[in-house]
Amino acid sequence: MLQLNNVDVCYGSFKAISDISMSVESGELVVLLGANGAGKSSLFNAISGLIRPSAGQIEFEGQRLSGLKPSGIVSAGVVQCAEGRKLFPQMSVMQNLMMGAYVHRRDKAGNRRHLEEVFELFPILREKSDELASALSGGQQQMVAIGRALMSRPRLLMLDEPSLGLAPLVVRQMFDTIQQINSLGTTVLLAEQNAYAALKIASRAYVMEGGQLVMEGDRETMLNNDEVRKAYIGA
Amino acid sequence: MWLKLAALLTRPATKYVFIALALVFPLVAQNEYQIYVMASAFVWAIAVYGLNIITGYCGQLNLAHGGFFALGAYTLGLLTADYSWSYWPAFVAALAMTAVVGFFVGIVSLRLKEHYFAIFTLCVGFIMYMLMDKWEELTHGPVGVRNIAPPNGFGLVDFTETTPIYYLVLVFLMLTMWFIGRLSRSLLGRTFTAIRNGDELAQSLGINLMRNKVLAFVLSTTFAGLAGALYAGMVRFIGPEDANVLHTFDMITYLLVGGIGTLSGPLVGTIGIVWLTQSLQFMEEYRMILFGPLLVFLVIFFPRGIVGSFLSWLHRRTQGKAEAAAKAQQSRDTTGRRVNNNA
Repeated sequence: MLQLNNVDVCYGSFKAISDISMSVESGELVVLLGANGAGKSSLFNAISGLIRPSAGQIEFEGQRLSGLKPSGIVSAGVVQCAEGRKLFPQMSVMQNLMMGAYVHRRDKAGNRRHLEEVFELFPILREKSDELASALSGGQQQMVAIGRALMSRPRLLMLDEPSLGLAPLVVRQMFDTIQQINSLGTTVLLAEQNAYAALKIASRAYVMEGGQLVMEGDRETMLNNDEVRKAYIGA
Repeated sequence: MWLKLAALLTRPATKYVFIALALVFPLVAQNEYQIYVMASAFVWAIAVYGLNIITGYCGQLNLAHGGFFALGAYTLGLLTADYSWSYWPAFVAALAMTAVVGFFVGIVSLRLKEHYFAIFTLCVGFIMYMLMDKWEELTHGPVGVRNIAPPNGFGLVDFTETTPIYYLVLVFLMLTMWFIGRLSRSLLGRTFTAIRNGDELAQSLGINLMRNKVLAFVLSTTFAGLAGALYAGMVRFIGPEDANVLHTFDMITYLLVGGIGTLSGPLVGTIGIVWLTQSLQFMEEYRMILFGPLLVFLVIFFPRGIVGSFLSWLHRRTQGKAEAAAKAQQSRDTTGRRVNNNA
């Protein structure tokens, strides 16, 4: 579904990502592990078209993404839910969600249907739909952020550290929901530092270090790998 | 008590009170000069509403706004004075001119971000001023344009008089405010707000940045042109000084004092400052001694402008009351119902 071939990303002379090749198959939930500064967000931004890779190709369902505008990539079905929630604080929850439906703004009936799905996933958002997004708790804000991304009708949803800054109990609910989104048919690429929780729901995982992929494997291999355990799980 | 009174101001019906006040103003004004000052405040308010689209909603500081105001005024002035067009066709031409020039300036300048955009538009405004000042064959240079046609009246209505032109300007102000009100509640208005929140975030929602920014820019310059054309028909004499960048900074001041990104802020700021400047007129150039500290005070204590700060105060107060009521309710609720979702 998503295929990266030898992708490099540079900021000026600094190479944030070098020679990354990876793939995500339809229906998978792939986890991208890595510490701060490993290049996870840069990789996501390159896939979303927010930064242009300096080398390599990115393909989505056989279509090259490299030449497309970010808005074109969203229309193609690749949607990023960026790190740190980043809602529109001056808008209500409902307005935030509807901003996610921007590329489908003409399909009002479809948007209502997807809004209903988001509310089923996050029932609390229905109650809070008229409140200002900035008045919500951290976990609820993350729900709005994911809900907003879902309103763009992604076929590949990229989640950048959705557990960041949330209480442990909320993190567990969040991962349950992500698994649910995946089982409903959306392919998910999940960047995380919270390795144990992320690996438990993953089909496969990649490990990034210093802008390079250093390891790859399915869930069992990764959970039992000593280096992964030492570096990311702490056991 | 105060809270209830304040909440009354945010009611939709309140606007009819203000419309009524504006309608009776010429009847209660002490002299014609006051009506004239109010009419020119309305004209500036229309221009500030335009600035509010690109700078307030969309977050791009446009410093060429005064230039576009003068472009509208000059288009109307030159067409009526030198090419003997009548007012209304020239009025439409002025809108078209500012929209078209705005489009071309927009597609170049909006490639830049933040302060680079501000510096670029500052230069564009200055180039417009230079053209009006130096291109004497077309613009009459520093002499300015005289004999501009007034808006064509109808029946007994003669727009060379102060009161009729006051009502004409008022009509355009209300149309402007109606349009901006619709815009701010529409998806397009929220798209502009999304862009102000951050380019990358807006893009990751699939918003085409350039197209929407250019649209906001063209809308804003067209309102500047509308205000300029009304100004030219009202004052009937314009000069290159009307394109002076100081006017842009005046408009930014009106916008900041009233409340950037709010619906009634441009009107409140413009009328407030225009009347304040008028009432300090007797101090002549010393009035800045009073005016300066007042601005500093406003910016420190009301950073979101009069309207913006008022709204957030009101929001805090009503929110506080609602929470207090909810707490009282909860303490009565002895069963201690568990909250299902503690996220």
